[in-house]
Amino acid sequence: MRRFLFWALLCLLAGFLPSAAAQTAAPGSDPGAALLETLDVDSYRDKGEAITAIVQSDDERAREWLQALLDGRLQRADDGRFVVVLDNAGRNWPVEDALTGEALGEMSRRELDRIGINNALRNQLRSAIAVVDLISPDVERRRSSADRLLGEVDEALAETLVPVIEEAEDDYVRRRLGQALAIYQAENGEMAGVEALSGSLHPRARVALNRAASGDDPVVADAARAALASVEQNLKLNRGVETLYFGLSLGSVLVLAAIGLAITFGVMGVINMAHGELMMLGAYTTWMMQQLLPGQPGLALVLSIPAGFLVAALVGIAIERGVIQFLKGRPLETLLATFGISLILQQLVRTVISPLNRTVITPEWMSGSLVINDALSLTLNRLYVMGFALFVFAALMLVMRRTRLGLEVRAVTQNRAMARAMGIRATRVDILTFALGSGVAGLAGVALSQLTNVGPNLGQNYIIDSFMVVVFGGVGNLWGTLVAGLSLGVINQVLEPWAGAVLAKIIVLVFIILFIQKRPRGLFPQKGRAAEG
Amino acid sequence: MAKSTRTVLSSRLVSTAVAAALMGSGAHAVAQENDPIKVGILHSLSGTMAISESTLKDTVEMLIEQQNEAGGLLGRDLEAVVVDPASNWPLFAERARELLEQEEVDVIFGNWTSVSRKAVLPVVEELNGLLFYPVQYEGEESSENVFYTGAAPNQQAIPAVEYLINDVGIERFALVGTDYVYPRTTNRILEAFLKDEHGVADEDIMVNYTPFGHSDWQNIVSEIRRFGEAGKPTAVVSTINGDANVPFYRELANQGIDAADIPVIAFSVGEQELSGIDTGPLVGHLAAWNYFMSVDTDENYDFIDAWIDWTGDEEAVTNDPMEAHYIGFNMWAEAVRKAGTTDVDAIKEAIIGVTVPNLSGGYAAMMPNHHITKPVLIGEVQDNGQFDIVWQTPSTVAGDAWSDYLPGSRDLIADWRKPMACGNFNVVNGSCGGSTAAEEAEAALAE
Repeated sequence: MRRFLFWALLCLLAGFLPSAAAQTAAPGSDPGAALLETLDVDSYRDKGEAITAIVQSDDERAREWLQALLDGRLQRADDGRFVVVLDNAGRNWPVEDALTGEALGEMSRRELDRIGINNALRNQLRSAIAVVDLISPDVERRRSSADRLLGEVDEALAETLVPVIEEAEDDYVRRRLGQALAIYQAENGEMAGVEALSGSLHPRARVALNRAASGDDPVVADAARAALASVEQNLKLNRGVETLYFGLSLGSVLVLAAIGLAITFGVMGVINMAHGELMMLGAYTTWMMQQLLPGQPGLALVLSIPAGFLVAALVGIAIERGVIQFLKGRPLETLLATFGISLILQQLVRTVISPLNRTVITPEWMSGSLVINDALSLTLNRLYVMGFALFVFAALMLVMRRTRLGLEVRAVTQNRAMARAMGIRATRVDILTFALGSGVAGLAGVALSQLTNVGPNLGQNYIIDSFMVVVFGGVGNLWGTLVAGLSLGVINQVLEPWAGAVLAKIIVLVFIILFIQKRPRGLFPQKGRAAEG
Repeated sequence: MAKSTRTVLSSRLVSTAVAAALMGSGAHAVAQENDPIKVGILHSLSGTMAISESTLKDTVEMLIEQQNEAGGLLGRDLEAVVVDPASNWPLFAERARELLEQEEVDVIFGNWTSVSRKAVLPVVEELNGLLFYPVQYEGEESSENVFYTGAAPNQQAIPAVEYLINDVGIERFALVGTDYVYPRTTNRILEAFLKDEHGVADEDIMVNYTPFGHSDWQNIVSEIRRFGEAGKPTAVVSTINGDANVPFYRELANQGIDAADIPVIAFSVGEQELSGIDTGPLVGHLAAWNYFMSVDTDENYDFIDAWIDWTGDEEAVTNDPMEAHYIGFNMWAEAVRKAGTTDVDAIKEAIIGVTVPNLSGGYAAMMPNHHITKPVLIGEVQDNGQFDIVWQTPSTVAGDAWSDYLPGSRDLIADWRKPMACGNFNVVNGSCGGSTAAEEAEAALAE
């Protein structure tokens, strides 16, 4: 049955008769060679026709060629042979013959000419591959093929789809193909399609219903409008969840950026303007690790977590020993000195590494999104960053509350003289606290390398936000930082759709200023005698 | 000039025995023969804009070295005078003054952002300098002392949108940009163009501005996604500047927006910006420029080879503003040869009509409005960080200082040839001095 469908689909798409399909060419005059030859032309329109011809040919290698062409791996060597590049990293690439599949060893990239495609061809190729894949033995392929066909069905395919849907073994494939067919019907103003799409949240389905709603037949148009209205409530709910997710994810970035500062500024009282640059160093450490471990971006990223912490912590110690310890109790001078350090670090990176941004690769398992339903999917990289922020927060809480270091830090900050009288080495505690806060900034940098540019300016973009969060949350209170970061993130994202990004930022700032007027010590003010100092 | 002669004399000749003999008109000639021609370079080497501008400084230095190897100009060597305005707009004006008053440079190559050009403008006009500005900009300006070798909106934005409409079949446009003068003016021109020339409805245009360095694009990308669900082919026209692009494209990829669904055409993303991004998920997104590194001509390959040798970096990329400096530098050199002097007024007269080869196999000519002719190319991003050219204008397009699509602005022309010699001549009332409508529109924008 599958075999039959394969031919049926290909032939129907092509308008071909099966008679032409069954022959196999004599060896020596491979018809595939002629097919590939037609691809190597300048005009994109001619290439499109060549692709149609390949789809129409019954060649078993067709799918492989189409996929290679889509991936830019179908290339022509200087000797005129068509080859498929297996791996295009480095200067020399392993290739195989496109016609025979024979491995040809490695070729230099200078010997190879890629067969270029544009967006229109890319679309055509994806649809063509999806049609071929509909009857693939691999269920994953059938599923992605069904996904792809939503909104891509044309008249010829619509007829063939009916038996395929009946035959489909996989529920998901059956449902998706049913939707694909309904979308085609609805777009053509057929009642059956509109009815089938009622309640669907998929964007393509709504596109089809929108078109049906502006169609000629008033009955169908009314039904389409009703179908659109029926999901309105559900869509709003999904959008609400999405906005909340955006807010929490922005919030967790703010928390990550601010939490190191909550230690150095909040607990120690040092205004460290170079905090952003410590984050930048964390991000550059990630880049460096990926350079050291080429081909393993995921492993490099995981290893960057301790490495980024260490690098930033060491630089933090150098800053503390070199500058801050001499300026104790002189906040204005500390502010100016650390601002100077921040400029020095930025220019150092510009001079030593490059003023240009560095590419940090996002590992496979962090790209894309987690699909909840047709209208809602959560981006994976931000989900990981959220988890990482909570992990860092928990670890920090543990250190501050449950370890001897935490106890000593709290003792020294509350009453330095008394702590020293009790035998605590205050200087050592200062160093360790500053190193801890700096290291956490490094961790934030590792996470930010997955969201934004890794360049000399990275830190500047976050320093203001970080201070804002710490002040809003209440200086010296880690819980305050968490709550403040998350709530500022949510407020910002709720405001953004109707106020615009620029105005949303301004509103948030004004809100914080007013709030601080009312409660100068932030959301969670420190209580007791410690607060006096 | 008198002042310059005095300084030169005091610094170089007074100590020699011939000083007294040369006092007078002869001193001028001797100073010119012996002294190098000074070329000022006004590009940020530190601060936010260093990412884009530092390569332009290197480009001009390379061009100067090449010129010196070829025997200099008028028998004199060229000497680069580099200053660092540190991405600080008022500092641009100070440094420009320093270049013109203290260093007494003969020409300046510099600036990237429009706001920095606006800061330098009064200085070069007051001190009668020459400034070659190499970056695509919003137009609505023509100064007697500035030569605009980057694209005006009609050499980039308008053809790009026409490509989207005619070749891709786009009917709905999201105009997304960074909140400053270039995107705001460009989008104003594009909106007027789409509505008046192509009858695009209000609801089919979405405009969105974000702050500099914006990094959280979740909401905006999701808005674009919903905007694209209306059942019409949709595209994003991006005037997002600099660093904000990386998180923007990342968010697009993560939310599953593919170039085949909603293509993004960018006016500020070139090879250099892409070198900081993993371009795998961006394949197929578009950019409109007047030059791409992938242009297949011998001139371009020579330029790339020279650039790689100069930087010593095998992976070094070239981009559009670099080509603009290449053209601008050669035009200035040609004008110097033509005029036989580096005198600013003589150059201003000589340069109009000068034609030099560009890197895409054609020629660039300096127009009377101080803009140049350029071909417009559209490229698709490839996974190797380069652009594949998918479309180009059949011939070069002359830069238009005043847009034809804005009220007020369409009545203005710029022509610096005598006897008109005016940067904002109003063809309606026949006088030099702009139009009130254009000023009102400008004021409305400023609010």
